[in-house]
Amino acid sequence: MKNRGIAFKLIVLILSCTVFIFAGIFGYNYQYSRRMIERNAEENARSLTTTTVNRIETILKSIEKIPENMTYFLENTSYNKRELINLIHSVVKNNQEIYGSTVSFEPYTFDKKSLYFAPYFYKSQGKVKFAYLGGEMYRYFYMDWYQIPKELNSPVWSEPYYDVGGGNIIMCTYSMPFCKTVSGKREFTGIATADISLEWLREIVASIKIARTGYGFLISKNGMIVTHPEKNLIMNETLFSIAEARNDIHLRETGREMIRGKSGFVLISDFVSGKKCWLLYAPLPSSGWSLGVVFPRDELMADVISLNRTVSCLGIAGIAALFGVIVVIAHSIARPVRVLAKATQDIAKGNLDVEIPVIKSRDEVGYLADSFISMKSALKQYIKDLTDTTAAKERIESELKIAHDIQMSILPKIFPPFPNRTEFDIYAVIEPAKEVGGDFYDFFLIEDNLYFVIGDVSGKGVPASLFMAVTKTLIKAKTTKGMLPDEILRRVNKDLCDGNEASMFVTIFCGLLNTQTGEVYYSNGGHNIPYLLHSHGAVELLPNTGGMALGVMEDVAYQSNKIILKTNDCLFLYTDGVTEAIDVHEEQFTDLRLKEMLQKSQTFSPAEIIPEIVNDVKRFSSGVPQADDITVLALQYFGSA
Amino acid sequence: MLRFIEKCGQRFSIFLAYFILFLITVSAHADETALKKVSFIPHWAPQAQFAGYYVAYEKEIYRKYGIDLTIIEGGPDRLASDYLREGKADFATSWLSTAIQKKAHGVSLVNIAQMVQRSALMLVARKSSGIQKPEDMNGKKVGLWDADYQLQPRALFRKYNLNVCVVPQSFSVNLFLRGGVDIATVMWYNEYHTIINSGLNPDEITSFFFHDYGLNFPEDGIYTMEDTLIKEPELCCAFVNASLEGWKYTFDHPAEALDIMMRYAAQAHLPSNRIHQKWMLERMKDLILPGNSYMPMGMLLPSDYDRVARTLKECGLIDTVPDFAAFYRKCGGQ
Repeated sequence: MKNRGIAFKLIVLILSCTVFIFAGIFGYNYQYSRRMIERNAEENARSLTTTTVNRIETILKSIEKIPENMTYFLENTSYNKRELINLIHSVVKNNQEIYGSTVSFEPYTFDKKSLYFAPYFYKSQGKVKFAYLGGEMYRYFYMDWYQIPKELNSPVWSEPYYDVGGGNIIMCTYSMPFCKTVSGKREFTGIATADISLEWLREIVASIKIARTGYGFLISKNGMIVTHPEKNLIMNETLFSIAEARNDIHLRETGREMIRGKSGFVLISDFVSGKKCWLLYAPLPSSGWSLGVVFPRDELMADVISLNRTVSCLGIAGIAALFGVIVVIAHSIARPVRVLAKATQDIAKGNLDVEIPVIKSRDEVGYLADSFISMKSALKQYIKDLTDTTAAKERIESELKIAHDIQMSILPKIFPPFPNRTEFDIYAVIEPAKEVGGDFYDFFLIEDNLYFVIGDVSGKGVPASLFMAVTKTLIKAKTTKGMLPDEILRRVNKDLCDGNEASMFVTIFCGLLNTQTGEVYYSNGGHNIPYLLHSHGAVELLPNTGGMALGVMEDVAYQSNKIILKTNDCLFLYTDGVTEAIDVHEEQFTDLRLKEMLQKSQTFSPAEIIPEIVNDVKRFSSGVPQADDITVLALQYFGSA
Repeated sequence: MLRFIEKCGQRFSIFLAYFILFLITVSAHADETALKKVSFIPHWAPQAQFAGYYVAYEKEIYRKYGIDLTIIEGGPDRLASDYLREGKADFATSWLSTAIQKKAHGVSLVNIAQMVQRSALMLVARKSSGIQKPEDMNGKKVGLWDADYQLQPRALFRKYNLNVCVVPQSFSVNLFLRGGVDIATVMWYNEYHTIINSGLNPDEITSFFFHDYGLNFPEDGIYTMEDTLIKEPELCCAFVNASLEGWKYTFDHPAEALDIMMRYAAQAHLPSNRIHQKWMLERMKDLILPGNSYMPMGMLLPSDYDRVARTLKECGLIDTVPDFAAFYRKCGGQ
């Protein structure tokens, strides 16, 4: 990503953000609409269930009334056999929904002689028929419809059963026990029943429609499937046998809740299709049965799913379109930038003649391109100027170098300079600074007089070097036999001051050694006072003569002093380049350090002490470029031979 | 209730159907010689309890043994022992205890194979009624079937000196399910599973297996009349061997056996479901071939015979114990 182009980054970032936002909205929308639809479906199913339960209950309640009325009659009136039979007959005949009815008595209760007494009217092929129930093969006392209400002493809806003869109709019997009061004690006497077909129930439940394939089903107290769109299940399977066959523990638990008379709304796998379905169940309180309403989850979601599919398609199309637009925009930005980048690369390589493409758009990129064009021409001009300047500078530098070489060449460089003179030894070194400086030294013999000079011209560069050359030449030119140093300085000063437009000046220390006597006359023009190194080891400054630098004022008088050098005494002359040499911390070498160095020195031989001092200064400055020339001159007197 | 009344007419139609089937079989196999026509009645309606016989019939194993078999549908209103005694059937299944009583009372039937070795009869109670062991039954309402189904429960009550209130129980477990009785008599392979599949969990039920209390009664066996055995011993053995082979085939091919039994149950308009028949078939295997026994299929052990006969005598149902040798004839390659 880091190394990709702007266009790629733009496309990736914008698209991923868009996809993320779209997916978020899409997901939320899906979840929300799903919850809403499920809630609606649950409510719909709930109201449908309630309605259906109420419809069924109303009918069951009305049927319950019939045996209730019969038992009321049986318990509260006296009746004979004919009246009893007429009662049962009218019940079956006058109630459309009743298929059969009996009043069955306990053994020997109605008729002291007969074990069984159970007159039974039933409908068969549209006619009301009569039979007596009971016999060796049909001991009704042990039939569920008789025994359960008897044992529980309460009315009971039987488990539904198939009426084989009646053409596969599911039947159900409502049985109500009745009693007889014998000497103040209620004694169980028998059971009055009403048989009903459950066909109407099947129709009611079958009318439940939810979603496309949602349906209702009814289970009995034992979990037996009483109605279900899948006919094979009816009366063959219980919810629990289905759960066992499908190995569905959850369904079994749901079934247990249903037969316990609970209500609920749960997700199950459908018994037939195995699809995930919502199941809403509610009890039928009178019979203890349970009504379930099942609707496949994905059908509920069919509309949402189709909407989602459309939304996804639109979303994908939109993202694709957005992709196209971003690609175009990104490239419209990136292309000129890329071209500019390429052009600047060429510029960076030094090709300033490269053509900067013309970008017409008046946006940031357009301005950038314009700036590049002006930058290019400015650079071109600058480089041209720089080339010229550099050429000029190089020429000057080369000239300066020559000037420096010339400057250096006019200083005496050959040591010992006077090999045949044993009375003294003289040695001098100039360490030029980076720039051309104005230090100089000189010495010359006029008969037995050795003139020696050290000087430092103010300023740097060619003017300084020229001034130094003039000064050096003047000194030599003005000096005549026996002339004392103050006179030399006076004369040189006068000449330097003439036409000194540049207002330059020079400090000079000039001395004269009589090689025969050791007498030294010296005069100072504003220069550092040299040290006198006594042969016995003491180091001291020469007394100052107090003159000012040359070239400043025309009529200046200089003084000369005289000292006498003893054998092996040495004079040490230097310029401020020595004492003002700096180290890395910009600390100066200082006079003190110089003096200490001189005191420590074991020898006053000029050829040895000078490298010693110069090396010490170099050590001190440890490679830091020095602003000033470092010039030293040492003169040792041995005495005349 | 209608069911009972209308069944008389249905019985005739079934007979008619068998008669037509019989005619077709006769005509189809007129050229086949040595196929002995034989009839057989199981002592209850078609269900996996009798899978071995129906499967042997369907897989033509009886034919392989030279038997042209007609299976008469048994049921509560068609007593197998009567059919056998009256000669309406050549072979029948019966409980051992029933058969011993018949024998003791002069019916000259003979056990030619004892199929079920273990009591499937058992008592169940809801744990919630506080019944965990036989002693807890004291004073409770117990639903009992009649006749031979009461032998073991009553022996158990005697053994534990229990005073229970016996309520006659029909062949549905609804009385128990509705709470009309605390304890019910069930067959392990049948009503027990019906209870489970009416929503009661096994862990909510206390089960009393009689063999756990030293009261194991072998149940289903194959019987014929002594006359038949004397006249046609080979036929009897052929029937037994074919039936045993049928059972073996059934245990080896349970799914196919279930298909067959579901078809017969549907023909008899019996409310049933495959998972129930599957349970029954699996239990039949447990009962016919008890896991801890190496006994060959179809044997009747004298000890089992003695236990059942002694109990019958103690109950006063028989005066004398019939001779084991006269009662049981080991037949064929058992």
